[in-house]
Amino acid sequence: MIFARRAWSVVWKDLLVERRSKETLNALAFFSLLLLFVFQFALGPDRERLAAALPGLLWLGFVLAGLLGLGRTFVLERENDCWEGLILAPGDKSAIYVGKLAANVTLMLVVEGLILLLFAVFFNVDLAPALTGLALVMILGTVGLAAVGTLFAAMTAQVRARELLFPVLLLPVQVPVLLGTVKATEAVLLGEPLGAVGHWLGLLAAADVIYIVTGLLTFDFLLES
Amino acid sequence: MTRVLGWLAALALLAGLGMAFAVAPREATQGTVQRIMYVHVPSVWVAYCAFVVVFVASIAYLATRAEAADRLAHASAEVGVLFTGLTIATGSIWGKPTWGTWWTWDARLTSVAVLFVMYVGYLLLRGMIDEGERAARYAAVLGVVAALNIPLVHFSVLWWRTLHQPPSLMKPGPSSMPPVIVRALLVNFAAFALLYLYFVAKRVRLLRLEGEAGA
Amino acid sequence: MTADPLVRVTGLRKAFGAHRVLDGLALEVRAGEAVALLGANGAGKTTLLKILATLMRPTRGTVLVAGHDCAREPERVRPHVGLIGHGSHVYEDLTALENLKFWTALAGLRAAPAELAGALAAVELDRLAGERVRTFSAGMKRRLSLARFVLARPRVLLLDEPFAGLDQRAKKWLEEHLEAFKARGGAMVMATHSFGRELAVADRIAILSGGAIVLDTPRASLGPDAIARLYRLHTEEGA
Repeated sequence: MIFARRAWSVVWKDLLVERRSKETLNALAFFSLLLLFVFQFALGPDRERLAAALPGLLWLGFVLAGLLGLGRTFVLERENDCWEGLILAPGDKSAIYVGKLAANVTLMLVVEGLILLLFAVFFNVDLAPALTGLALVMILGTVGLAAVGTLFAAMTAQVRARELLFPVLLLPVQVPVLLGTVKATEAVLLGEPLGAVGHWLGLLAAADVIYIVTGLLTFDFLLES
Repeated sequence: MTRVLGWLAALALLAGLGMAFAVAPREATQGTVQRIMYVHVPSVWVAYCAFVVVFVASIAYLATRAEAADRLAHASAEVGVLFTGLTIATGSIWGKPTWGTWWTWDARLTSVAVLFVMYVGYLLLRGMIDEGERAARYAAVLGVVAALNIPLVHFSVLWWRTLHQPPSLMKPGPSSMPPVIVRALLVNFAAFALLYLYFVAKRVRLLRLEGEAGA
Repeated sequence: MTADPLVRVTGLRKAFGAHRVLDGLALEVRAGEAVALLGANGAGKTTLLKILATLMRPTRGTVLVAGHDCAREPERVRPHVGLIGHGSHVYEDLTALENLKFWTALAGLRAAPAELAGALAAVELDRLAGERVRTFSAGMKRRLSLARFVLARPRVLLLDEPFAGLDQRAKKWLEEHLEAFKARGGAMVMATHSFGRELAVADRIAILSGGAIVLDTPRASLGPDAIARLYRLHTEEGA
């Protein structure tokens, strides 16, 4: 009970600060728009090529936005040495991990929703029929991405060349999530039933569980000194 | 002790070479090139073992904070990266005459490549932190995450290449190979394992001396 | 009050690589007692405070705070210490009240709105409760960090140059607060650079040099000049 209240206090604080400053959200929204330009320039106007590449592009966008957004998870805590305050707050540090993770997932899903909308509008693809399946894949994938991302953000927050190291560490670890989400998205967009990609969804769910449990168990060690 | 290990490894490697070139038969279709398997396969086995050692040593470090466990994890990761690199290189050399290309996104090759970049990242993280204790702690967490990720990488890459869920998770084991080839592989595996132990022992000692010189 | 000292440090060493910042340091602070730490820049005052606060692990030696070992059971120490360090541990984009609410909730404390308001009133920020911290002065931020200890009630306060950057009025206010904390049976360790009025709250003066406490004496009637003389005598600055 106390654990949940402490975790919630972190979610509340992070989202409130984000709502006030809009630092991450504004930048990521603009970044998403830029991505669209880049994708369009890279692929040209050919609709078929676009359709074939769509699942990959979509997740490329999500992951790039995630790398930027998740990497900033602990930037806020450097303000006035709040980082020290987090360490000194009595109680299990994993509550902070859960709070940060939940705030990150929320933020990421908002940005991903925006990217999805931009894709639908600018590339003129009808995503409506696939929306439920897509939402499921997005949630499973985003939780996995954020679970490791939050952990690694804490790891790199105090390290030299943090902006470089964070993606270098996160991307290889995210290979299973990337492959799973792209494959599942492909199937969903083709209108296949979710059962056809059941093994991928299972793998994503397993990855989520493994990552979150590892994060819970190891976060304490990152938030020391 | 380390020296004995070194000589043992050298002898075993000689024996392995003998097995690979003199005892094991020449493969009918691929010819002599196929003999690179006796380097390729044992090095990937040793690499996987090395990363398991990183995993166990990382957990041991987090539980006990014993610097020896951290040095073992560090050394094992370095040697593991070396052997993964060797696997990729020999795979490429093998692939050129066989598949006609230096690199193909074959499931196993891709898996190993992912491991390679994952553990290069591990070494990068260690290199970026000056404070020894913090480097040990962070690296241990990464060592745990990376190791738990290995099965996920394995299955995702396998499914990605084969397009369909495989009927069985177990691939046909070495038992389908002629016994003489299995023997040659095992001798080479033993040789590479000894070489791994020798490298790790050397590296652990060096890390300890570095630590003492620094403190 | 308990007979055991609230802070007991013996044989403390802290090394960063080959460099030993603290070596063989011993210190005891009893309930209701305040110790002022004097020392040159880099003498290890902040390092000692961070170790006492469980932000750093000692390399060697025993550090007991409120009866618990800082190295082995930091979680048991944390409810009992309050650190006012260089950073005020407040979020610029939250209001004073929101900051207080967050930190008390994170500490696992349940505080009613009236209690939160009371804590803000105790540090004279009640009228600014709804203001964003971004508009606050350094002194106001430090008061806000103190507010959380009004609710958490630590037994040991660790202060790193608490008077630096405060105007006369704020200094006087802080002094009164620290006196009240002592009167309630709290123990205090305060790192400082000044030999003047800021030391009034201290019962003892400890001079830190060469990694250890070279002089630990009751402040009693020592004036600023006498303290400055002692300081020069015992530190490398005087050599």
